[in-house]
Amino acid sequence: MFESPTIAQFLAVSNLASTAPATLLLAWTLVLVLVDLFAGEERSHWTPVLSCFGLGLSFIANLFVYSPAAGEQIALYGMFIADAFTGFLNMVILVATLIAVLMSWDYLKRAGIHRGEYYILALISSAGAMYMVAANDLIVIFVALELLSIPLYILSAFRSIKNDGSELALKSEESGMKYFILGAFSSAFLVFGAALVYGATGATNIPQIFSIAGGIVGGASAAAFYLLIGAALLLVGLGFKVAVVPFHMWTPDVYEGAPTPVTAFMSVTAKIAGFAALLRLLVTGLSVLVVAEGGAAAWQNTATIIAILTLVLGNFVAISQRSLKRMLAYSSIAHAGYIMVAVAAAGTAGAVNAATQGALVYMMAYMFTNLGAFAVVMAIEREDGSGGNIEDITGLARSRPLMAMAMTIFMLSLTGIPLTAGFLGKLMVFSSAIQAGLFGLAVIGVLTSVVSAFYYVRVVVNMYLRESSGALQPALDTPYVRLAINIALAGTLIFGIFYPLATNLVNMVSIA
Amino acid sequence: MNPVGVEPYIVLSMVLFLLGALGVLMRRNAILVFMSVELMLNSANLALVAFAREWGQVNGHVFVFFVMTVAAAEVAVGLALIVNIFRERRSINIDDLQQMRG
Repeated sequence: MFESPTIAQFLAVSNLASTAPATLLLAWTLVLVLVDLFAGEERSHWTPVLSCFGLGLSFIANLFVYSPAAGEQIALYGMFIADAFTGFLNMVILVATLIAVLMSWDYLKRAGIHRGEYYILALISSAGAMYMVAANDLIVIFVALELLSIPLYILSAFRSIKNDGSELALKSEESGMKYFILGAFSSAFLVFGAALVYGATGATNIPQIFSIAGGIVGGASAAAFYLLIGAALLLVGLGFKVAVVPFHMWTPDVYEGAPTPVTAFMSVTAKIAGFAALLRLLVTGLSVLVVAEGGAAAWQNTATIIAILTLVLGNFVAISQRSLKRMLAYSSIAHAGYIMVAVAAAGTAGAVNAATQGALVYMMAYMFTNLGAFAVVMAIEREDGSGGNIEDITGLARSRPLMAMAMTIFMLSLTGIPLTAGFLGKLMVFSSAIQAGLFGLAVIGVLTSVVSAFYYVRVVVNMYLRESSGALQPALDTPYVRLAINIALAGTLIFGIFYPLATNLVNMVSIA
Repeated sequence: MNPVGVEPYIVLSMVLFLLGALGVLMRRNAILVFMSVELMLNSANLALVAFAREWGQVNGHVFVFFVMTVAAAEVAVGLALIVNIFRERRSINIDDLQQMRG
């Protein structure tokens, strides 16, 4: 007999308070929908200001829920897990969203599409990412993934309507459509994979899958077959989302066509959420999927091959790109490869914690650096979306020395030069690969970083050493954009120079 | 309890999933591509329901409801995007969507 609980009982049993950061943000966003509706045209700045406020609120809630004293908490009947892993990535996602909102403001105004929905969709997407990094159940992974993705489909098609009838250089609607079709396609793989894993184990809860899968693996039963195919399909579905080779084909087109602040936002949040779910699923749920007793997990080889392909293809194709956005798109594929190195390393039982912490620091470094680089690219773009080519950046060092210096530091951090956050991320990822015994993978990672220096340094050379006809005047060099660039720059440098800050933030993370 | 067993359902759902995947890769009309994605999602639903009955649990059934709800949300966004593209270009052939290359 089911008795309906009182509100107090429900709150106590479901532990709803631990979900506060994500749930508060989502609730705040729903309030914003109404505020935006009644604010009207002349108070359209309310929505972005209140969005920033909501992000701050969620950040504060996050500090309370994920203090070291709180430890690991399970909420919503085991579907949601609040641990240090969740808390750290929540912070990264919130900062990323804040920088993206700051970038968007002037961009949208100039494009004539300053509407409140934009910020609301970005915040919903961000809440989806926060649910996804806390997902402890296949159902939550799927629903959170869609909460993250569906607003991004809309955002990437946001500039399709031309207000003066002129031809835009930006192909936003094409970008949105491509992202939508590939996104829905990959979700179908994810759901089918989840169905097969459920069929094999009879559970959708990740720790339960772990305990049941141990008894299935190695047998010749139908369940072992379902589990293997299901794990592979889940890897394909999440592989599309994080854009690793061979599931990367959509990335360059979508990143190039989407409005630049949207590109910056999705290149960071979608990747962080995807990798978080991948790590939880493979490490917490399926680490028992081993070939031999006591050996590395069966998916380690697959992850290694994917990482190598991603590193090589991403870095080499980026060399031949002329558009900065397209170059950064291939570079983001390459960075997914570096995080994939950490995922592969997590397949060895002894290296799980080192690999997870490496992946987290890498994602944080990538967040600051990549958002900063996209913010500079956005600042030099022309109004119709053109002018973001590699030769268009010549002369920036003369007209805006500070912006050129920031871009230089972002490029060095993406390459992985010491004293930047990018170096710390690479160092931790590669050392975890060595700890896991994947020496070849670590060597390939270092060699492809050297290759990547070629196209990153070319940007710096163009800014400082190439002669240009006139000084480049960045059209979007406004206070908010400058603030966004400065936050990104501060993050890149502070976590690079004072690296114990970053390592202390992640040293209590463990997901095994 | 279940005279047929779960395997025939799973085989059928795998066949439907493959048909859907082939449809996405081979069809050129955006709406048909979209329908193929729906076929893939629904084949997963069939597998989930069959497994849930096999296990005698309610988890799988609940999952199906979530998949159906999300699919409906995706339909709303997807059709809006298709209408938008049609207004711009008078065509919904996805091969026409290749202004970006490199």
